[in-house]
Amino acid sequence: MGLTLNSPEYPPMSFLRAFRRPGFMSMLGLALCSSSALAANPAAEGAAIAQHGAGSAVPACMSCHGVKGEGNAAAGFPRLAGLPAGYIAAQLHSFAQGTRPNSLMSPLAKALNDGQITALADYYSHLPLPVAAYGPMPAPAMAATGQRLAERGDWNAGIASCFRCHGPGGVGVAPDFPPIIGQPASYIDAQIKAWKTGARRNDPQGLMHTIALRMSDADTQAVAAWLAAQKPSAPKAR
Amino acid sequence: MTHPLASRFPSRAALALCLGLLAVGLETAFAADATLPPKSEINPAAGTGATFHPPPESEIPKNEFGKMIKLGRDIMLDTPQYAGKYVGNTLSCVNCHTDAGRMAGSAPLWAAYVNYPAYRSKNKKVNTFEERIQGCFRFSQNGKAPPLGSKTLVALQSYSYWLAKGLPTDEKVAGRGYPDLAAPALPPNYARGKAVYEARCAVCHTASGAGRYVDGKTVFPPLWGDKSFNWGAGMGSYKNAAKFIYANMPYGQSYSLTPQQAWDVAYFMDAHERPQDPRWKGSVAATRAAFHDSKFSLYGETINGKVLGDIGPPKNH
Repeated sequence: MGLTLNSPEYPPMSFLRAFRRPGFMSMLGLALCSSSALAANPAAEGAAIAQHGAGSAVPACMSCHGVKGEGNAAAGFPRLAGLPAGYIAAQLHSFAQGTRPNSLMSPLAKALNDGQITALADYYSHLPLPVAAYGPMPAPAMAATGQRLAERGDWNAGIASCFRCHGPGGVGVAPDFPPIIGQPASYIDAQIKAWKTGARRNDPQGLMHTIALRMSDADTQAVAAWLAAQKPSAPKAR
Repeated sequence: MTHPLASRFPSRAALALCLGLLAVGLETAFAADATLPPKSEINPAAGTGATFHPPPESEIPKNEFGKMIKLGRDIMLDTPQYAGKYVGNTLSCVNCHTDAGRMAGSAPLWAAYVNYPAYRSKNKKVNTFEERIQGCFRFSQNGKAPPLGSKTLVALQSYSYWLAKGLPTDEKVAGRGYPDLAAPALPPNYARGKAVYEARCAVCHTASGAGRYVDGKTVFPPLWGDKSFNWGAGMGSYKNAAKFIYANMPYGQSYSLTPQQAWDVAYFMDAHERPQDPRWKGSVAATRAAFHDSKFSLYGETINGKVLGDIGPPKNH
């Protein structure tokens, strides 16, 4: 599987801090990108881009998505670790094509070629899931609403249960239906709102846009908070 | 052979130009609309005139009767888990009875409850409500009929009775079953159905109709093949299937297909093999004559070179 966070050759944190010095990243990026060994080893290529970026247009993914691909709950940056490779790749393509426009991710995704996208998707899909929940359990009334929407939906309002498509416990159904647990509440909230407005429109057959249009802000906040409070877990069989 | 539209055009060139523009226009329109969701109603109840709402689950009594109601509800939501010994496939009642049998336009249990006992032409006798549910296990769940008075049937009956609180018996109730659907303009067709399936159904049910599972749980149910409903099930009638699909599918996008699309894709689904009818009469011809002598059943018909149902006697399970 190549260089991973758990390999003995992985550099310690003090070495990583060097990457924040100006110019260091570009130098390192250039040095690494010119290595033909990377192109021959996609697993290593994915790790390299995640940890060091690629050229001047692509910073290290981990600078926002975390050293272990765990995301950043405070900033609302999503976890990538353990997401299905097909889903990650589809998102990078969507960022580049404009069906999921994002001021941070779109220019960066456009700078990646197909091989790099595949390599990154493969790398992140194999990282272990974080174990801790992504947010506190909300107050009982909000938690009850969130849990009900996730498990049963609200059919009077035309809201299908999230787990009906995203799998038991929200662990996802690869590749088209991503896990919805193990993500920051602010991220889930933002995505539902993005589908609602149509800003994000890479959902197959408009299925999420349809649901999001029927969700109130209170529904969205409740389900996002409850989902973030669940411990991330993976499907037992991949 | 002249094109069907030829009579409207003064010249072949004009016809060709218009068809070309139409094709481009449609393609552009479709490409643009591919980013917009199809228009749909919020749920299957739309247009049924249904006014009845079952009580909220918070009102299930906190006593022994309430426990039985909850068991009935749980059986609806996860039938292999809660009634496994009577189930022979990977479906749950909720796959065709949306929202655990609460939803108008999705064969709600409250509407069924107040219409039994009733004569059914399916088995040519007056059925009690329990007997009606036995049929669900025998056919739709490809399993065994739970014995009358068994905990499984008492639970489902308790749940249905509780859902139907206040509903008068033996009266037409709006929202019952699946809404009627007008006959299609064109006879349903495998090729058109397949195109609808690939565009609107396969993302969940997969191209092979096998559905999807996670950790041994059915997420999207199989629509044909050995883990789906058997030939005795009501969903095997493509008229019934078209009515279900039009009001309920794709999931969350009720009434987003045209009626023709619903008929075509129902035909396509029911034009595949599935487990044998448990009422097997020794041959496909005899079984068809006894139970499937309808234009809406493809049992015994030859589709893509194979006779549907010609798979031998039912397997024991």
